[in-house]
Amino acid sequence: MIKAVMVINTLGKPRLSKFYEFQPAEKQQELIRHVYAVLSNRPENVSNFIRSLGSIFGQDTRLVYKHYATLYFVFLFDNSENELAMLDLIQVFVETLDKCFRSVCELDVVFNYSKMHTILDEIILGGQVLETDSVEVMKAVEEITKLESTTSASTLINKSIPSWWAR
Amino acid sequence: MGSQGGFGQSKEFLDLIKSIGEARSKAEEDRIVINEIETLKKRIIEPDIPKRKMKEYIIRLVYVEMLGHDASFGYIHAVKMTHDDNLHLKRTGYLAVTLFLNEDHDLIILIVNTIQKDLKSDNYLVVCAALNAVCKLINEETIPAVLPQVVELLGHSKEAVRKKAVMALHRFFQKSPSSVSHLVSNFRKRLCDNDPGVMGATLCPLYDLIAADVNSYKDLVVSFVSILKQVAERRLPKSYDYHQMPAPFIQIKLLKILALLGSSDKKASEQMYTIVGDIMRKSDSTSNIGNAILYECICCVSSIHPNPKVLESAAEAVAKFLKNDSHNLKYLGIDALGRLIKISAEIAEQHQLAVIDCLEDPDDTLKRKTFELLYKMTKPSNVEVIVDRMIDYMMSINDNHYKTEIASRCVELAEQFAPSNQWFIQTMNKVFEHAGDLVNLKVAHNLMRLIAEGFGEDDDTADTQLRSSAVESYLRIMGEPKLPSAFLQVICWVLGEYGTADGKYSASYITGKICDIAEAHSTDDMVKAYAVSALMKVYSFEIAAGRKVDMLPECESFIEELLASHSTDLQQRAYELQAVVGLDARAVENIMPMDASCEDIEVDRELSFLNGYVQESLNKGAQPYIPENARSGALTISNFRHEEQHGSSGHSLRFEAYELPKPSVPSRPSPVPPVFSTELVPVPEPTYHTEFHEAVAPKLSASGTGSSEIKLRLDGVQRKWGKQTYSSSSPSTSDSDTYKTQNGATQRDVPSSLSSKTRDLSYESRRQQEEINPEKQKLAASLFGGASKSEKRPAGAGHKASRPNSHNADKSHSEKTGPSDGGAAKASPQPPPDLLDLGEPTSISSATSVDPFKQLEGLLDLNEGTRAPDSSGDSATKAPDFMSLYGDTSFSGQNMMGTENLLSTAEFSHASDRNGHGTGSTVANSTQLSKGPNLKDALEKDALVRQMGVTPTSQNPNLFKDLLG
Repeated sequence: MIKAVMVINTLGKPRLSKFYEFQPAEKQQELIRHVYAVLSNRPENVSNFIRSLGSIFGQDTRLVYKHYATLYFVFLFDNSENELAMLDLIQVFVETLDKCFRSVCELDVVFNYSKMHTILDEIILGGQVLETDSVEVMKAVEEITKLESTTSASTLINKSIPSWWAR
Repeated sequence: MGSQGGFGQSKEFLDLIKSIGEARSKAEEDRIVINEIETLKKRIIEPDIPKRKMKEYIIRLVYVEMLGHDASFGYIHAVKMTHDDNLHLKRTGYLAVTLFLNEDHDLIILIVNTIQKDLKSDNYLVVCAALNAVCKLINEETIPAVLPQVVELLGHSKEAVRKKAVMALHRFFQKSPSSVSHLVSNFRKRLCDNDPGVMGATLCPLYDLIAADVNSYKDLVVSFVSILKQVAERRLPKSYDYHQMPAPFIQIKLLKILALLGSSDKKASEQMYTIVGDIMRKSDSTSNIGNAILYECICCVSSIHPNPKVLESAAEAVAKFLKNDSHNLKYLGIDALGRLIKISAEIAEQHQLAVIDCLEDPDDTLKRKTFELLYKMTKPSNVEVIVDRMIDYMMSINDNHYKTEIASRCVELAEQFAPSNQWFIQTMNKVFEHAGDLVNLKVAHNLMRLIAEGFGEDDDTADTQLRSSAVESYLRIMGEPKLPSAFLQVICWVLGEYGTADGKYSASYITGKICDIAEAHSTDDMVKAYAVSALMKVYSFEIAAGRKVDMLPECESFIEELLASHSTDLQQRAYELQAVVGLDARAVENIMPMDASCEDIEVDRELSFLNGYVQESLNKGAQPYIPENARSGALTISNFRHEEQHGSSGHSLRFEAYELPKPSVPSRPSPVPPVFSTELVPVPEPTYHTEFHEAVAPKLSASGTGSSEIKLRLDGVQRKWGKQTYSSSSPSTSDSDTYKTQNGATQRDVPSSLSSKTRDLSYESRRQQEEINPEKQKLAASLFGGASKSEKRPAGAGHKASRPNSHNADKSHSEKTGPSDGGAAKASPQPPPDLLDLGEPTSISSATSVDPFKQLEGLLDLNEGTRAPDSSGDSATKAPDFMSLYGDTSFSGQNMMGTENLLSTAEFSHASDRNGHGTGSTVANSTQLSKGPNLKDALEKDALVRQMGVTPTSQNPNLFKDLLG
């Protein structure tokens, strides 16, 4: 299963972190710091996989990361997942973000914190891969946003919804 | 609207994020966050907060907590928010609680009720939100509360809900397998769901179930194979394609499952060869995901019963991976090679140079993986090269965790394959010198045991040689500064046991050296304890041999110091030493027999020597002792544990009404046979041995109700205490099954399973490849071509001879059983259910057509379509927000370009990258401050995207640069 998803920027600030097995807050910070320390020491043009992360993760935890512009997308998982497939899952995640925010950048990630989680929840549920088609994910996310905006009937306007929709 | 930024959040929140982004140090960031916490604390308890505001506060709390600060004061508000009727708020509440709380948090109880209600909601989005929360928040105790609803949702009309319900059940299974064990049939049923997505989701729990118990799912092999076939033949809707591969994630899961099911099962494997072979042939090795499938195929092939044809194509695939320039593929190639050589060792031979390249690669991940491979390939002929390489690498890294791992591997390989005693001792010295404090203490103990026991051959001279070479090397090495404690302990122990054994060194020389160690490491009590024990041994051996002991002055002062030590252990050792030195030769010989460290010490755990005394007391009228677990009324430890194991609902939370009381029958099966209660002869029974009794219990009950006093002293007792833990040479009958797995993986866990190696398969008949860098060639030769080297260890040759025989035997056996198995395979247990009957187009389209939002979505799409060229209006509405936000910063835009740690800077530079503008001008900056592209940018971007040949609006040249370029 997937144990954690992290998005860390190149300066080591966490932008999103989600743990599928409970970790106390301090431990989460430690893990993020550790991951960042490992990633920032990786040279360019090497593989996207990291094994033997150290004892603070369980034995046999693998890490796959991908570096996009200013962000590291990191998935931690155990041996029931395939490394290359995870790499593509990161790709799916980023593609979805890209569709959702139209050319996503770090700012989107920061400001749409809850939306990020919504998207991630559509892709991964309880540590298992739920959906791998970014179109499907987008559909689900859009439906949620639509429904949310109707029920809340407030003036919340999310930029992915055209302004005329808010009535 | 005035206070609102462009992202639906208030200016306040955006300011917070911005200021954190601009913080120059961790301390500054902390200060900002602590301020924010104070504000939130005050705000959140204000009465009558608008809900929208409250939602934002919760999001801010989540943000604060992500940055590593405590936000527990707000948890209750997040919980309250889940009760809200408004979907938007409810979802936010659920999001926050799933991030804040763990499944055992006190507040969970307040949410369970809401979840129960939401699972029944008509709105499927509410149900989905609740299912999301279920996955994270429900623990073993609360599973029964939501289980019925979740099971019901398996039949929901929306496939998204069915999918999530399957996942939730899977989660329950992970948390408490017993709670959903009766629902396994539901997973099987869902496998036939007419939505492929749900079917794919079902594979996840099935994978876990099959991994736990392979045999009860053998009947599904046919189904899995047929599903895989249909997927591979593109019978799924196009929407499941990913990079032109049909449903790759489903394929991967299926291959993983097949690998489990086919493992050492010839019959099952035979059904898989065709499809796996087909997939490998068809696979597209240009895309990432294609390679992922290919890799999974190799894993599957290496796990199932081997078939030469499929193996061959797997080997070809490995070759492709290794030849590829991508490090990712090389890594997978090495990994796959490691799997394949278990089946056929020859495969490694073709790739020796690729392997060596990987060993010298700058990529650490790849390097480590290669070491793992070499570790698997080690045999007596190449152990020296491999271990030397490993030690070199070990010295070069700082990562303690990995250092530990590689050190213990070195030790293990050295123990198994050492060509000579000298080499072995030298290797161990190197390992201990460089990683002594990191390796498990067990390794040190193993080393001592090995030196004491020798290599297990009945060759005393070899053992003596080993010992004297150890003593000599230790005497040489002990002067070095900064030796790790564990190593010093070994040195002291060896010097104590064997320092004077071969008569080369005098007692006073050895004792002097031991005292030197103790003095040099006067802060380390462990070393001192080992040292004083070593002294005692040396002196006792001297006394026993009839020589006169005269203690060196430094020894005397050392012992004097220890006599007054604060450590009672050291004190006791020192006093013991004093006492022993004063005794005569005969007594000393009994206390400290020469070279007796390997003798077993028999422990009579039943304390039978006290029986006479007990009987006497009983005769005098004393109460017989009743073992604790036989006492009535008391909940003993063993019972308690037993209940826990069976997941009995005894102490978990209940959510439905209690049943009417029944006449109480103790339902828990007693782990202890009734013998104990009726026992006449009371035997003192320490309670902490209960687990032992459980183990023995079956035997006892089988042999009737004899007096347990005699029965309990079974061999098991001795085994538990005797050789079993230290040597596997005499595995007990009950244990032998677990040790005898074929692939050698489990054997590696047993440290001294020297006699049964599966790894040194016949590596004879090696040739070297030509026209390559001679140095590499040499390395390759020493790693792979071991035939020319003569084996120095006699045992090694023995294994080699025995190995091919057993291999052949295996083969002939399998050939014999082959045809009959084949016949059986044809008569498949049940016809494959038509799982993916996708001929009827009803499933997908009907689901969406019901959706009331569908029409609106069409409108939305329209708008999206027209949006890209006409984005000027769009950005116009957005721009002002941003301008107000960054109004002050834009003037100092120039500065910000220079400082890298600004959050917004990153965005600026990207924006300028994106449209290829000049970077310096303030004008450009200020326009690009707005996130949304303005007209010119949009057009340019559009053009660029078109140029790159991808569909507009969906691709971002910025983030995807590395993909497209």
